[in-house]
Amino acid sequence: MTERAPSPAPKLPVSLAANPVLSSWVQFSRDGQVTVSPGKVEIGQGIVTALAQIAADELDVDIGRVQMVRASTSASPNEGVTSGSLSVQQSGRAIRQACAEVRQIFLHAASDRLGVGIDALAVEDGTISGPGNVRTSYWELAEQVSLDRDATLGAVPKASTRRILAGNSVQRLDIPDKVFAQPRFIHDTPLPGMLHGRVLRSELSAAKLTALSEDGARAVAGLVAIVRDGNFVGVISETENGALDALKALRKGATWSSDARLPDEDQLAAFLKAQPSEPTVIDTRTASTTRAAVRTIRRQYTRPYIAHASIAPSCAIAQWTAEDRVHVWTHSQGVYLLRADLALVLKLPVENITVEHMEGAGCYGHNAADDVALDAVLLAKAAQRRPVRVQWSREDEMSHAPFGAAMAIEIEADLDAQNEIVNWRHSIWSNGHAARPGRAASPALLAGTELANPFPRTISTNPPQANGGGADRNSIPLYDFPSWRIESHRLLTMPIRTSALRTLGAQGNVFAIECFLDELAAERGEDPVDFRLRHLSDERAKDVIRVAAKRAKWKPDKQAGKGYGLGFARYKNAGAYCAVIAEVEGAEDISVRRLTIAVDVGEAINPDGVINQIEGGAIQATSWVLKERVRFDRQRITSTTWGAYPILRFSEVPDVQVELIQRPDSDPLGAGEAAHGPVTAAIANAVFDALGVRVRNLPITRDSLIAAMESTS
Amino acid sequence: MSSVRFRLNGVETEVGADPDRSLLDVLRGTLGMTGPHFGCGANECGACNVLVGDHAVAACDTPLWSVADKDVTTPEGLGNAQAPHPLQRAFIAEQALQCGYCVSGILISAAALLKRNPTPTSDDVKAALDRNLCRCGSHNRMVRAVLRAAAEMAAR
Repeated sequence: MTERAPSPAPKLPVSLAANPVLSSWVQFSRDGQVTVSPGKVEIGQGIVTALAQIAADELDVDIGRVQMVRASTSASPNEGVTSGSLSVQQSGRAIRQACAEVRQIFLHAASDRLGVGIDALAVEDGTISGPGNVRTSYWELAEQVSLDRDATLGAVPKASTRRILAGNSVQRLDIPDKVFAQPRFIHDTPLPGMLHGRVLRSELSAAKLTALSEDGARAVAGLVAIVRDGNFVGVISETENGALDALKALRKGATWSSDARLPDEDQLAAFLKAQPSEPTVIDTRTASTTRAAVRTIRRQYTRPYIAHASIAPSCAIAQWTAEDRVHVWTHSQGVYLLRADLALVLKLPVENITVEHMEGAGCYGHNAADDVALDAVLLAKAAQRRPVRVQWSREDEMSHAPFGAAMAIEIEADLDAQNEIVNWRHSIWSNGHAARPGRAASPALLAGTELANPFPRTISTNPPQANGGGADRNSIPLYDFPSWRIESHRLLTMPIRTSALRTLGAQGNVFAIECFLDELAAERGEDPVDFRLRHLSDERAKDVIRVAAKRAKWKPDKQAGKGYGLGFARYKNAGAYCAVIAEVEGAEDISVRRLTIAVDVGEAINPDGVINQIEGGAIQATSWVLKERVRFDRQRITSTTWGAYPILRFSEVPDVQVELIQRPDSDPLGAGEAAHGPVTAAIANAVFDALGVRVRNLPITRDSLIAAMESTS
Repeated sequence: MSSVRFRLNGVETEVGADPDRSLLDVLRGTLGMTGPHFGCGANECGACNVLVGDHAVAACDTPLWSVADKDVTTPEGLGNAQAPHPLQRAFIAEQALQCGYCVSGILISAAALLKRNPTPTSDDVKAALDRNLCRCGSHNRMVRAVLRAAAEMAAR
């Protein structure tokens, strides 16, 4: 294994550079508490605990004294969006650096007060002491030391060996409340005087409200208002039950039409390739010497639209506090970005809008969290300054929220006479994988497209490769092929709404690359592990493959009906390394028995938290692979219930073994999205090993197995 | 308006409400008991599970009238930080969740299992939780936590 010596950061961490005022990150109170204020938010991934560990370590205080503040546009550092497995990298590094400097500032102040040189001082749980039993503390000095100053890189964070909490599996701070059913979710947090709202949406895509009778809804007890603006219509009631009854009555009185024409759900690749698109060359590599190609192998892989499918329908609360001022409570992943889009819709300065985070259920990307916030804001206008809580229905959550984009991926390899790869071409057709709020001149919020003066629907785009890419995420091989050309075709139409789903395009690309590699290894009669190791030069990449293979006793002897497969990726080619070996069983219906995983996230701040994220990602990916596919007819999404959009159940979940390769001196990397691509490929490769059938169109179901058998026979 | 009497977490409770209203709406709306979570409203996810007697049922799909004179236990009634239920202690020990939205219903399903089968196998636990959906992928931790709680209860 390679080790890298710690090097002093040459510049401020990005989040700290963008928000340099130290007091915006850290504040002490006289009563012995330290508040830490990250711009990233808890979405069930345990980030708040990891950040508290980092702060407590760097400041030398007990973690019990650390109060983590929820992100709000009123005070928090602006760290954009909590996504892309970047929170430890961005917020963690910023907090570590800020706390190091804060500690240094307090040591200077203590040195002045105590008349003791800085080097003679020590900090223990916030108490600063020196020779002769002189002492003071952060809390005592809090009022005389101003942290309203910019970070300067004037202090170097501790060496990894001097950290006490980082690297330990501290229990998550949020778990007791959740286990004891104490209100913590926005869904469970009533405000004084709160009303309940619901928005009426047609099952049709992009529907127009052609007629509306309000009589039935007006007769429902508790109704406060019916709000209509173009195709946007909703109700406010004194009670949640009243809002539901009024909505039901309003639905009976509504007539909708739609010109939308959705694709043929059984011809996704043909649809994606036929749309107008914007081609981009993502990367090319040209060989210095060219071996002669004697043949070319081409394969096409697809993945369907996938729903975020949070267990909780999206929810938000809004309260107008003045004619032109509104306060919003939301489980959005980006409070500042949501505020920017609300300002566009409301035509208000951003300063008039406060957006405050509250925990929701896991979102797994850009779901309806932001949409429902605008719904609440629009309905609350009619609520006479009272707060209005809006919650989507299960059906709306499964049909009107953005989906992860369907993808068609074609890979061609030119092989020489020894079946070695001499050239590699990877082409992607897909909608963009991001249409998050706050990034464009026009808002990306659903209700914005429904107003009488509507905003256009935001056609999703792709983040640049420098930020990990979108549809093209993980499309550039980590393997040492002599030459390649990677291109991506972003659709310019979007009949089905897409935006960020965990891993963006990485799941599809890793599936395609890793399955194709297995096919090429098979062409040579070479073991898939050996074949990959031979094409990799990054030792950390090789290590995760070796560790996973060893732990899974690669390759177990052949048994009837069982198969084993490997998948590997480094998330975004710059994040966590992950290798997976899948064991599957079955003939008509595949079950995944075991996933053996090795992962390297550099410094693991909270090892159990990392393992929890990897396990969860692996199980979610198994669900995507075996079960998930958004269904639709030509006018509407039809998979709007758990019955129509099944996900993996307890009885179907594989055993998951995770081995964490610890590298305390390497930069910490996020873990939330590392497993999805490798798990997907490992399962598909294991299915081939078991049955001799290459399923190239996800999900791997009885139907797709039969289709794959027919296409090869 | 008629009223319905039942015991909620051991406390005699009388609710003046339409008896056809869902138990979930009454618990969350009228009684402010937010432990049971709305997930689907169609008895398909288990997030709103409560115990009626010793059985786990989806409160969204249970009319108020059907619990008349019965014992209803919500996640709040299982235990608290001062006096935790062995399942709650085990879920913390195993860090058996990610977002935790489904956990309240899963604790209820698990509590019902341990009442009828104090020594479950791993497969028993999976079968008992099979109607509860978890989207974060914390299933294996939850199974371990239920087995841990069962072992702790058996050792008493």
